[in-house]
Amino acid sequence: MAQLLEVEQLKVSFRSHGGEVQAVRGVSFDIGHGEVLAVVGESGCGKSVTAQAIMKLLPKRGCNIKEGSIHFEGKDLLKMSGKEMKQLKGSQISMVFQDPMTSLNPTMKIGTQISEGIIKHKGLDKTQAKAKALELLKLAGIPNPESRYNQYPHELSGGMRQRVLIAIALACDPKLLIADEPTTALDVTIQAQILDLMKDLQHKFGTSIMLITHDLGVVAEMAQKVIVMYAGIVVESGTVADILERPKHPYTIGLLNSLPNYEDGEKERLIPIEGTPPDLYDPPTGCPFAARCEYAMEICVEELPKAFTVNDGHYSRCWLNDPRAPQVAEFAAAGRDES
Amino acid sequence: MTEVLLEVENLKKYFNVGKQSLKAVDNVSFSVRKGETLGLVGESGSGKSTLGRTIVGLNEATDGKMVFEGKDVRTFSNKEKRKYNRIVQMIFQDPHASLNPRMKVGDIIAEGMDAHKLASGKERMDRIYSLLERVGLQGEHAKRYPHEFSGGQRQRIGIARALAVEPKFIVADEPISALDVSIQAQVINLMEDLQRDMGLTFLFIAHDLGMVKHISDRIGVMYLGSFMELADSDDLFSEPLHPYTQALLSAIPAPTVSREKRERIILKGDPPSPISPPSGCRFRTRCPHAMDVCAAKVPEWKEIRPKHWAACHLY
Ligand SMILES: Nc1ncnc2c1ncn2[C@@H]1O[C@H](COP(=O)(O)OP(=O)(O)OP(=O)(O)O)[C@@H](O)[C@H]1O
Ligand SMILES: Nc1ncnc2c1ncn2[C@@H]1O[C@H](COP(=O)(O)OP(=O)(O)OP(=O)(O)O)[C@@H](O)[C@H]1O
Ligand code: SF4
Ligand code: SF4
Ligand SMILES: [Mg+2]
Ligand SMILES: [Mg+2]
Repeated sequence: MAQLLEVEQLKVSFRSHGGEVQAVRGVSFDIGHGEVLAVVGESGCGKSVTAQAIMKLLPKRGCNIKEGSIHFEGKDLLKMSGKEMKQLKGSQISMVFQDPMTSLNPTMKIGTQISEGIIKHKGLDKTQAKAKALELLKLAGIPNPESRYNQYPHELSGGMRQRVLIAIALACDPKLLIADEPTTALDVTIQAQILDLMKDLQHKFGTSIMLITHDLGVVAEMAQKVIVMYAGIVVESGTVADILERPKHPYTIGLLNSLPNYEDGEKERLIPIEGTPPDLYDPPTGCPFAARCEYAMEICVEELPKAFTVNDGHYSRCWLNDPRAPQVAEFAAAGRDES
Repeated sequence: MTEVLLEVENLKKYFNVGKQSLKAVDNVSFSVRKGETLGLVGESGSGKSTLGRTIVGLNEATDGKMVFEGKDVRTFSNKEKRKYNRIVQMIFQDPHASLNPRMKVGDIIAEGMDAHKLASGKERMDRIYSLLERVGLQGEHAKRYPHEFSGGQRQRIGIARALAVEPKFIVADEPISALDVSIQAQVINLMEDLQRDMGLTFLFIAHDLGMVKHISDRIGVMYLGSFMELADSDDLFSEPLHPYTQALLSAIPAPTVSREKRERIILKGDPPSPISPPSGCRFRTRCPHAMDVCAAKVPEWKEIRPKHWAACHLY
């Protein structure tokens, strides 16, 4: 069966006085019906830009979708008119943003912000919209929705603002929910509730979710599939078990190694991935991770590795997966459970 | 390590919401020791940011006392106030909203430096460059504007800005929550290095309990404006006493698919409103162990084990 969302060879760049930022450099992935896809990766690697491209929220000036297609239920979003897209956004796809303060209007009561969308897209009258808004606020775990309804965004805590955004996103019963770091600002008990809420949507309504997150614990909890991005490309993709337990890309391995170990009492210094990601004004021609990779070989600097198939559905863009590459012991053992 | 830098006594911060008052921070007492990292965790909306903002002077306390280096903050002269504003810095939760979009990154970082006249000319530029590199960015980023950076990159700009004025005490409000995991570890190591090299003291607010445990010497747990528990971080994790802390720790998602998941304590009900918190114990409406006495009496904040404080009628 065709996938709900199919993104192919997406390339996005920004013009700025410093030159051209190649934010997304050929990203492909798909999301099936009722599936949760997690997108993880370096800060600045293009996760939000990819999401914004799907939502057609990229700035018109200075930004350029150079290549690629984004099919939603078989229709290319990039070829849709503004009007069609608006219709789709009100009824099929919605998004929860990374930055709750900037995506809420600071001068408007939160209740008004929610009911406005409901009136516009669902054609309800004011009283019905208010009732629906209160129901959504409650669904998103906002205590005392009646009194919160009349408050302004700055009067809410970060976590509460994020839940308001989720309530807004749910207003149209979306088929695809794009959630960009939806729980970053939340404490773990509320995070658990929000994740439960999203799992509920997935199970009850078959909602597909594209979940952008830094938290590999959240990935383990929520996702069926994972893509790992680095410097504007997908470096590894697979099932959640492939990525967390049998990673086959040094960047993914580095990510897993840099997590603090809170199970035992010993305080060891964290093992970050040293260095910084490449400048996307002038991305390297070879593997973008080469400058930070302890296994880097000559070919890595010269040529961008293709996506090697590790096994069905598990791909890694790393030369070490080439049968001719030297066998690295740590690499073969990475992520394997000691137990 | 035992020398106290900041003593907070019965601190209250109420906000007026319409005709009512919202008790964002309600009667909180604790001390911060010189050179330590005190972690602060808790329910979203429990008052962590408000507490941090009140400490750095961005909010005026409604009531209570703060004693910094032995002196009551309220009795500071203007000169002392200015010094306090320099040596006590805050790194914010929301890196987008806290950076002026119309200023170049270099000038944002130098803002405090300029205000306190710490450096000018070439020395100023050199410091901007070295601060940018110290937080893992590049010197040439000084000429760009905040919107050209990703969320994570912006957070590092915020850290560089705080470091620019040579602070002693940094309130870090979710400094790493927008960063990817590999950079989180760099920033945490950076904060630990800065602490060692410059003798900095941190109040570290975060939701990532793994990181909080890693970086903190002690951890305080807040719920609905009050402290529930405060202990050495290892003790808090190995033997959480307060039922809220127990639920909190059980909700940490583990980054593993095969290992057995821990039993989760799911909290029932909604967090109550800080406008009218429950009588007695604030946590009682959601506590799996609530008893009659919990509604009738506010549990005393006491040292239940050596250096392990909690407010709960179970003990
Ligand atoms: N409007 C813009 N103008 C210029 N460059 C931009 C713009 N928006 C994003 N970028 C650049 O595009 C790249 C990708 O940014 P994006 O926001 O997608 O990162 P991200 O993966 O979401 O990172 P984070 O995890 O930090 O949120 C970054 O290098 C960023 O600096
Ligand atoms: N300026 C304000 N006016 C009115 N109420 C406020 C204001 N600032 C904060 N509050 C309220 O104070 C309480 C505590 O908020 P605070 O931002 O300190 O929580 P927090 O613990 O930092 O939460 P989070 O983890 O979500 O960031 C919340 O109920 C919030 O709505
Ligand atoms: S291709 Fe080379 S540089 Fe890139 S991750 Fe693999 S080994 Fe490292
Ligand atoms: S005082 Fe009572 S309600 Fe509060 S945490 Fe203890 S047992 Fe639970
Ligand atoms: Mg982003
Ligand atoms: Mg906060």
